[in-house]
Amino acid sequence: MICDICKENEATVHLTQMVEGKTKKIDLCESCSKAKGVDDPTGFSLADLLLGLGASQEMEESGSTTGKCPKCGFSQTDFKKTGRLGCPDCYDHFTEGVESLLKSMHKGTRHTGKAPAVWQQTKVYVDRLHSLQTKLDKAVAKEDYEKAAEVRDEISRVKSDFSESSIV
Amino acid sequence: MNINEILSKPAEAARREGPSNKIVLSSRVRLARNLATLPFPGWAKKTVRVETFKLIRDNVIEVAPMRDGFHAGMEELPTLDKQLLVERHFISREHAAKTAGSGMVLSSDEALCVMINEEDHLRMQALLPGLQVDKAWMAIDQFDTALESNLDYAFCKRRGYLTACPTNLGTGIRVSAMLHLPGLVLSEQINQIVQAVNKLGLAVRGLHGEGTEALGNVFQVSNQMTLGETESDIVERLNKVLLQIIDHEENARAKLLENKPKMVYNHIGRAYGILANSHSISSKETMNLLSLFRLGIDLSLFPGNKPALTEELFIITQPAHLQKTLAGKLSAEKRDILRANLLRSRLLKVDRPDTPDTGKTEENEE
Repeated sequence: MICDICKENEATVHLTQMVEGKTKKIDLCESCSKAKGVDDPTGFSLADLLLGLGASQEMEESGSTTGKCPKCGFSQTDFKKTGRLGCPDCYDHFTEGVESLLKSMHKGTRHTGKAPAVWQQTKVYVDRLHSLQTKLDKAVAKEDYEKAAEVRDEISRVKSDFSESSIV
Repeated sequence: MNINEILSKPAEAARREGPSNKIVLSSRVRLARNLATLPFPGWAKKTVRVETFKLIRDNVIEVAPMRDGFHAGMEELPTLDKQLLVERHFISREHAAKTAGSGMVLSSDEALCVMINEEDHLRMQALLPGLQVDKAWMAIDQFDTALESNLDYAFCKRRGYLTACPTNLGTGIRVSAMLHLPGLVLSEQINQIVQAVNKLGLAVRGLHGEGTEALGNVFQVSNQMTLGETESDIVERLNKVLLQIIDHEENARAKLLENKPKMVYNHIGRAYGILANSHSISSKETMNLLSLFRLGIDLSLFPGNKPALTEELFIITQPAHLQKTLAGKLSAEKRDILRANLLRSRLLKVDRPDTPDTGKTEENEE
């Protein structure tokens, strides 16, 4: 087994940390483990290490992430150096590398928290349409055409309300 | 512009109190936000950074709590003032090193602070005394919502708020609390606690965040993961952990007093002795001894003195504060002497620790 950092020496330090019930594992050689401060348990956190390490490697491994971000000209090499991305669009350009990186770093890979109001409105709208569509399908399946007509009117009302109120 | 006139006086800042203040010094929630279509500060050219800074600043100072606040570009602030802001936890060390194209806005009550063009376009924080992570979250959430109506944030449904570093992606939230844990340090349980907290996916750091030492037995506990959980879940989880740490610290103090009172009194007595009588003292030693002095106050060994006194001394003995109140830029040796003078004079009115007779001699204490 070779070291995850230098990819040269034999790994002698095998580190496993349970983060939120998920096992995260990393293998290091003697000198890399010292360099990363793994021998000092107080100052060490696997997440910090994964950031610096996982980032560049996972970006390298995925083929589609080569080249520069078309928006800002940021490259993989820049990411390797800084551990930061160039612009919001980099997330789309380096998407595969970022995805696996996020997996190792966070609890999930999908955002479930706050959204700007504009997005929240859209979400409410989409959810409402969804539930109405389901209702419509059910009514049609039951051949309840009166109900179906009602729901259809409701759908067009919701749609027109939204296009008036929204900036989209 | 004199920053001393803008910032609250150290004594005033030290008097701010909150729940569980004995152990939790402060609670903080910060959000990272960026503007859509613009490069992140670290990658943007200077001209772009300067423009972005102006755009953001003009919007930030329009939001209610900031209207009568303080704002400045980093190039306008002298080094000493920047350091002062770091010592008050308003800006990061990294931000203090920035110049034109970066800046800060601080609300007049000092509860809200925004760093512009730090690692992200916006780093906004709510800082409250004591254990109030939930209130801090509410305050910064409200501020963020008000700001968002005028700024076009970089947001995507799947990944949330887009940040320069993938570690902050999603919610962009960092919830943290500053804890004073002398009991756990003296009873040598602190490493266990740190490891347990790490296992929960939380980070434990020193006084000034990432990569800093835990001076004065002060530890910062914060979340690390920002994606895949809602903000309130993160806040709630951290709060639960903090309550447990408080419990452990209180138990550790009680146990120490019961089993090793002489050891505790010895530490506190010596700390008092040095603080009240030294003629040269470094800021590091000061912080560590003030922590013990504070523990003494918590344990009622210094009747009539409040924790606010140690809090104030903690602030005013830090390098930038010391230089700002005294004579401008000073060498380290000179600072150590002036710091000792200051401490001696402030502790003149504080009597020696009033330690109860433990009824035990050192031999049978073990």
